[in-house]
Amino acid sequence: MTDLPLFPEAASAVAERTDLLFLILLAFAGAITLLVAALITLFSIRYRQGVRRDRGPLPKVLRREVELGWTLATLFLAVIIFVWAVVQDLGFLKPPDEALEIEVLAKQWMWKVRHPQGVREINSLHVPRGRDVLLHLNSRDVIHSFYLPAFRVKQDVVPGRSTALWFRAERAGRFRLFCAEYCGTSHSQMTGEVVVLEPEAYARWLAARPSDDGLAAEGRALFVGLGCAGCHLPANGVQAPALAGLPGRPVRLADGRIVQADRRYLSDAILRPRAEVVAGYRPIMPSYAEVLSEGELSALLAYLETLGGQPAGGAAGRDITGGEDR
Amino acid sequence: MTMATESAAFDGGPPAPAGSYLTAGRGIASWLLTRDHKRIALLYMVTLTLFFVIGGVSAALVRLELVTPQGDLLSADGYNQAFTLHGIVMVWFFLVPLIPVSLGNFLLPLMIGAKDLAFPRLNLFSWYLNAGAGLLVIYALVAGGIDTGWTFYTPFSTVYSNSHVFLAAVAVFVAGFSTIATALNFVVTIHLLRAPGLTWFRLPLFVWALYATSLMMLLATPVLAMVLVLIALERVAGIPIFDPAQGGDPLLFQHLFWFYSHPAVYIMILPAMGVVTELLTCFARRRVFGYRFMVYALLGIAAVGFLVWGHHMFTSGQAAYASVIFSMLSFLVAVPSAIKVFNWTATFYRGSIRFTSGMLYGLGFVGLFTMGGLTGLFLAAIPIDIHVHDTAFIVAHFHYIMVGAVVTAFYGGLHFWWPKITGRLYPEGWARFAAILMFFGFNLTFFPQFILGYLGMPRRYHSYPAEFQVWQVLSSGGSAVLALAYLLPMAYLAWSLVWGRRAGANPWGAAGLEWRAASPPPEHNFTDEPVVDGPPYDYHPQGGPT
Amino acid sequence: MSSRPDSIRPDSIRADSIRAGHFPDLPRQRLAGELGMWVFLATEILFFGGLFTGYAVYRLQYPDAVTEAARHTDVLLGSVNTFLLLTSSLLVALAVACQDRPGLRLCRLFLGGAIALGLGFLAVKAVEYHADLAEGLVPWPGSSLPPGPQRLFFAFYWAMTGVHAVHMTVGIALLGWMFRDLRARPKLMRGTARLEVAGLYWHFVDAVWIFLYPLLYLVGRAQ
Repeated sequence: MTDLPLFPEAASAVAERTDLLFLILLAFAGAITLLVAALITLFSIRYRQGVRRDRGPLPKVLRREVELGWTLATLFLAVIIFVWAVVQDLGFLKPPDEALEIEVLAKQWMWKVRHPQGVREINSLHVPRGRDVLLHLNSRDVIHSFYLPAFRVKQDVVPGRSTALWFRAERAGRFRLFCAEYCGTSHSQMTGEVVVLEPEAYARWLAARPSDDGLAAEGRALFVGLGCAGCHLPANGVQAPALAGLPGRPVRLADGRIVQADRRYLSDAILRPRAEVVAGYRPIMPSYAEVLSEGELSALLAYLETLGGQPAGGAAGRDITGGEDR
Repeated sequence: MTMATESAAFDGGPPAPAGSYLTAGRGIASWLLTRDHKRIALLYMVTLTLFFVIGGVSAALVRLELVTPQGDLLSADGYNQAFTLHGIVMVWFFLVPLIPVSLGNFLLPLMIGAKDLAFPRLNLFSWYLNAGAGLLVIYALVAGGIDTGWTFYTPFSTVYSNSHVFLAAVAVFVAGFSTIATALNFVVTIHLLRAPGLTWFRLPLFVWALYATSLMMLLATPVLAMVLVLIALERVAGIPIFDPAQGGDPLLFQHLFWFYSHPAVYIMILPAMGVVTELLTCFARRRVFGYRFMVYALLGIAAVGFLVWGHHMFTSGQAAYASVIFSMLSFLVAVPSAIKVFNWTATFYRGSIRFTSGMLYGLGFVGLFTMGGLTGLFLAAIPIDIHVHDTAFIVAHFHYIMVGAVVTAFYGGLHFWWPKITGRLYPEGWARFAAILMFFGFNLTFFPQFILGYLGMPRRYHSYPAEFQVWQVLSSGGSAVLALAYLLPMAYLAWSLVWGRRAGANPWGAAGLEWRAASPPPEHNFTDEPVVDGPPYDYHPQGGPT
Repeated sequence: MSSRPDSIRPDSIRADSIRAGHFPDLPRQRLAGELGMWVFLATEILFFGGLFTGYAVYRLQYPDAVTEAARHTDVLLGSVNTFLLLTSSLLVALAVACQDRPGLRLCRLFLGGAIALGLGFLAVKAVEYHADLAEGLVPWPGSSLPPGPQRLFFAFYWAMTGVHAVHMTVGIALLGWMFRDLRARPKLMRGTARLEVAGLYWHFVDAVWIFLYPLLYLVGRAQ
């Protein structure tokens, strides 16, 4: 970085085309500004008060032609610039085929990245150089915006819908990642970096990161962060069944059925908790269908798997498995 | 000759007329219960000044914080509250009402030869609404602040913010009501109270601008009002219209919000264009070039202004083809804007130009509006907008239009009509100095932000990477100059109230009905009912039609 | 229409006593009142327009949930209210029509009837709200509706009928004010457009309901 940066570095194909459009518009805008300034200066000097000049009325024809002239000229130029800008934009409408697809989850105030091989990182994104990358962006809370200035790309991350962003990094290096949509207290801390690696280096990096490491750890964080622990930890009262050792065991439901606490049951219990209520408990758990992404659900389930051992008995966690009750 | 009359007006000037609106009643009640549009305009000027100071102080805090890359002066929440307060106060309590309620309120009846606005009581009522809403905002500030940004984006504003969003929504709602009342009053007045002979195409462009502005206010503000009602309902009653957890759509909020808030920019700029046309024609001693085109351009901007809101949402995930349509319509705004700039320029041709302070402010406006408008073209181009959206580039762009151009025009209008309003002249040398200082101070503050924005500096950042610091410091330094330029006129104008020379009815030799009334005007404006028999801007020495 | 300036008989009123000084003549003053109200109603259309837009968006996005949720509204009470409101609008129109008759008794009678029907509307609405609350037909926490778009429908139900009820209240107050002035200041009422302007507002509030009724009560009843 120089001391007085004037122009941002360009690290993607989009960046170069955007810069070209920008520079040409800049030249155009500069020319118009100079024209207006020059005319005003010229008239101001020539027709200043007290100087003898022809100040008679203009012929009507001249007035109309001049007026129509610059109206049409402006319209013409506006349409040309529009068409050019749109042609460039439309070229990027369709996501590239065979892109490297990466999931990005935004939350106050961090970026969580999940690579297809299960590798995870936070506030950084490693991508290979020269390959199309397609990001699927989801937000867990408010609107954020994924902004990579060096790539000239930006996409809002809107809760309740999935948005996508793609780019192809043309230069290896480290580039800034910003959240561009104001999202609360630590908005300006919601930053990170994109690390563009040569393809071989990227492959090495992927291999060095153990996949799914911390999936259960993330699940644990969610378990606490979403407030599950508030009811489901045995220490916290009797409103909800304790979960230790639950996966894989049979559960008795309020309607008398007994079901296996498999992955299907556990995820349904989280997403549609009122469908199959455990016997002896009130149906008070809210649905997390709108809260959890697919990845987070997996993380929660992974965490539940780690809660091995015997189902806890005692005052707080009444046993809910069907077997012993009979 | 015009020259002779001008210099006569400059030198002498009769003593103040005995019964002016200022002396028509005494005591505080005669002001607080007045129905005189001129007094209500002055009431507005008092509250506008208060809001300007509050918004200015919060802007100063933001600029001070950004001098260093670390967040050190304010806490993160404090910074967020500062720029939110700055935005809310400046947009809704200063810039949107600024020219219509002050200069417009004072001058509209005078310029069309009427005794008052059509609904004088409604006029006073809207001041109370505006002032009351402002007090609510100040209360929200004291009670702990608002941290959503002036844009109130959901679901942050409805679900996640822990600040006084409800109070702010109510305050802006009430302020919007005040705006609607004023606009309604202006529309009815312009339709029904024009002097005999004052046909539509004899109206001064300032009146046309107020008319176009009023139409925009009437059609846009109610949508904002409904959005604010829904936000307030969601905060208070949990009615989840925009809540993604229930399937609600945050983008619906943005569509409705920008359906108001983009026209709001034109609500600010159109009256400024009107003011500047009065300034330039008077001091160039020239009829405005292409009067009818100027009228059509005003109406054209007002109409197209309603169709471009989606250009605030190019990165939001709205449908790509919707973005293309909005982009095209945004480019079309360039046409009427260019007509205005070129016609002002052409008005100078064969003029007789005097560089009074009013003229300097007018020129400053043209420069800032041209730069702000041209950068708008960059933002209408989708690829560039995607890069600079929500960066300092956007901040610079809209400040050039909404602050640089509009506030400069307001100061220009204030200087131009100050003798009419107060009956006094101000020190012209100081006024010219302030006009020039304002232009350079503004550019020094905001031009660096164009560069920052293209470099990628996001807006609303409490701390930022160190490589941006040089431009941030330049911008903050410029803001100090700008603050001085905004405060200086307040000082010498206040001085002139007591020590300024008395002005005659028409110190500038200006055309326009308002100059036929005494300075300051009597309570009912005109002693003889004015009759109009010719087009506006009758400045040509030869007199014939151009 | 009663806006004809020539319908004011010069012998029945003294124009100058009711003309505000800043208007050049009485017809212009009448016109100002009417134009002002029309302009205001234009803003009202945009105001409700925001709500209708939101409703339309969600209706298109979640057609099934909206029709499902709409079956829960009380179509009987909604229809009764539609009848009450339409009738009250008729009475207001009649009141305006007989404003220029020699005695104002009939005019007051019609206006009083309209006010009574308006109050009846609010009473029925209150009963309906009460039942809705009891059934949990609400969008906020504690709702008996499944989370999701069905609650969005009821968000619109409450927001739309609530905002409409506020307008009803304002309208009733306005008509009540005119009702009083018909006796207290008959010359003012005849000389100016006040009754007609108040009537315009009432008709508007009525017209809004005509849109709300099918959107909230009739959707989903076809099957």
